[in-house]
Amino acid sequence: MANPNRPLSPHLQVYRPQITSVLSITHRATGVALAGGAVLFAYWIMAATYGPAAFATAQAALGSWFGQLVLWGMTFSLFYHLGNGIRHLAWDAGWGYELDRMRISGWLTVIFAAAMTVLTLVVAYSAAGGA
Amino acid sequence: MQLRSHLGRVRGLGSSNDGVHHWWMQRLTGITLVPLCLWFVFSVVGLVDADLLTVTDWVGRHYNPVLLILFVVCMFYHGQLGLQVVIEDYIHSESTKVTLLVLVKLGALLLGACSTFAVIRLTFGG
Repeated sequence: MANPNRPLSPHLQVYRPQITSVLSITHRATGVALAGGAVLFAYWIMAATYGPAAFATAQAALGSWFGQLVLWGMTFSLFYHLGNGIRHLAWDAGWGYELDRMRISGWLTVIFAAAMTVLTLVVAYSAAGGA
Repeated sequence: MQLRSHLGRVRGLGSSNDGVHHWWMQRLTGITLVPLCLWFVFSVVGLVDADLLTVTDWVGRHYNPVLLILFVVCMFYHGQLGLQVVIEDYIHSESTKVTLLVLVKLGALLLGACSTFAVIRLTFGG
């Protein structure tokens, strides 16, 4: 039988941070953050069924400085997790395991997430009339 | 004497006791979420500061309700699969682990059902 006291992954504190490991734990962290985003979405769509006043409260909360900060975080988390998820799917297909390719695809994911976040913010603020 | 085959003994083992089903569903919902998330983000950026009427109109337009329900189902399914792995990795007390897994899975089911109902209600009014 399995020994219940055996060391379990991940031992974050015993390794020197590298681009591969940092991006890996970021995938997990953004995933957990996005689970919070899913709860936020449920609140938003359910508030809409409770009428104009409840929905206005939800929109105001999301539009406050703190709400906007959370939504920026969600936007980056989403695009990072999406880009890195595609990276994972490529690995599942057996592609990109060489270390140099892994580093290149890692940096491409970071650039993709940053660029898409900026693009989304630009579109969002121009849609809101430059608030 | 061991009468069970090697395959029979290992089937269903692994940390989540369900073989590759978790892995496979995580990939399927992940692939589905790529276009759905892109569609969702670039739809809702247009709804910043929008009032209820505008949002209700967007929810019910064309096949948006279908896309929204697919988004909700895949998002909550994928989310609870991911949180399950995080809990299994970091929580080593069996009772805490099982409690958290049940809460996460039932919570995802509840919020997924409520969100789906909200989409239907906004679509058909009332």
